Amino acid sequence: MLPVGITHYLVVAAMLLVLGVFGIFLNRKNVIIMLMSIELILLAANINLVAFSAMLQDMVGQVFVMFTLTVAAAEAAIGLAIVVIYFRNRGSIQVEDVNLMKG
Amino acid sequence: MIAAITFYILAAILLFSAAMVVSARNPVHSVLFLILAFFNAAGLFLLAGAEFLAMILVIVYVGAVAVLFLFVVMMLDIDFAGLRSGFQRYLPVGLAVGVVLLVELGIVLGGWRLAPQASALRYAPTAPAMQNTAQLGNLLYTDYIFLFQTAGLVLLVAMIGAIVLTLRGRQGSRRQNILVQTARTPRETLELIDAPLGAGIGSLGIRRPIVAEPDEASPDEAAAVPLHHEGH
Repeated sequence: MLPVGITHYLVVAAMLLVLGVFGIFLNRKNVIIMLMSIELILLAANINLVAFSAMLQDMVGQVFVMFTLTVAAAEAAIGLAIVVIYFRNRGSIQVEDVNLMKG
Repeated sequence: MIAAITFYILAAILLFSAAMVVSARNPVHSVLFLILAFFNAAGLFLLAGAEFLAMILVIVYVGAVAVLFLFVVMMLDIDFAGLRSGFQRYLPVGLAVGVVLLVELGIVLGGWRLAPQASALRYAPTAPAMQNTAQLGNLLYTDYIFLFQTAGLVLLVAMIGAIVLTLRGRQGSRRQNILVQTARTPRETLELIDAPLGAGIGSLGIRRPIVAEPDEASPDEAAAVPLHHEGH
């Protein structure tokens, strides 16, 4: 079913995940890029699920990708809403400023 | 052969655009590269035979999530240059974590092998005669109906949460406060005055209507107004 071996898919997903984690560390101040990096990480997980689903000829993996997509969309919506109200309150989206709750 | 070449092209563009997402100077470019990454991931899904998921990825991610990101990036007037000031500072630790993670994943990939009974443990083997979408629907609407409805609930909660978070009472807009209106009694707004005979109302001076002032009260206070005549 897969045009190439499953290892190729896994390597691509692993590199995508590493890029996502790297992006979170690199853009410590820009919360929007951090959210995009989280999307990349979830995309890597989805690629893994689809690859295993195709290799094992099992549909359950694709069902789970649908749920992951749902949760990722909800997470993006809530995260961006929080960014918008944070920007409205503080006039910036610097993550390092988020220490208002610190005692 | 062609499929393999397509895979490599799609994977290369996917990884390149993912790298550009995290390193682009302009966040708008980041979002556009994210869209490109989603398109290429959809291509990978297509190559793996998951047609429905590929289309869902394009529709949901490119059509909704990425456009939402684009709206937020363009709507907020953010000083993006200031946001990149710590870029050099975080580069070493990011690279270190990335390399460690990559090495660990490489070790996992190197030592990984499929369990011999894996194909016997399949829950829903694909039927070659059926379309991908039909198989997914068969599974989703029967065995996974509870999870499907829970996913809908998650989306509902996310929608309500996003609306509640971003809704704000605008200053200066006159809203209808139904609680105050229905709790109003004639005593508060109506005044009966005995006008002197033959003098008209001019002698009383100009009388303004008594206005209950809900506008001054904040919504919380207005909600706390007790209902005196609830039983009527």
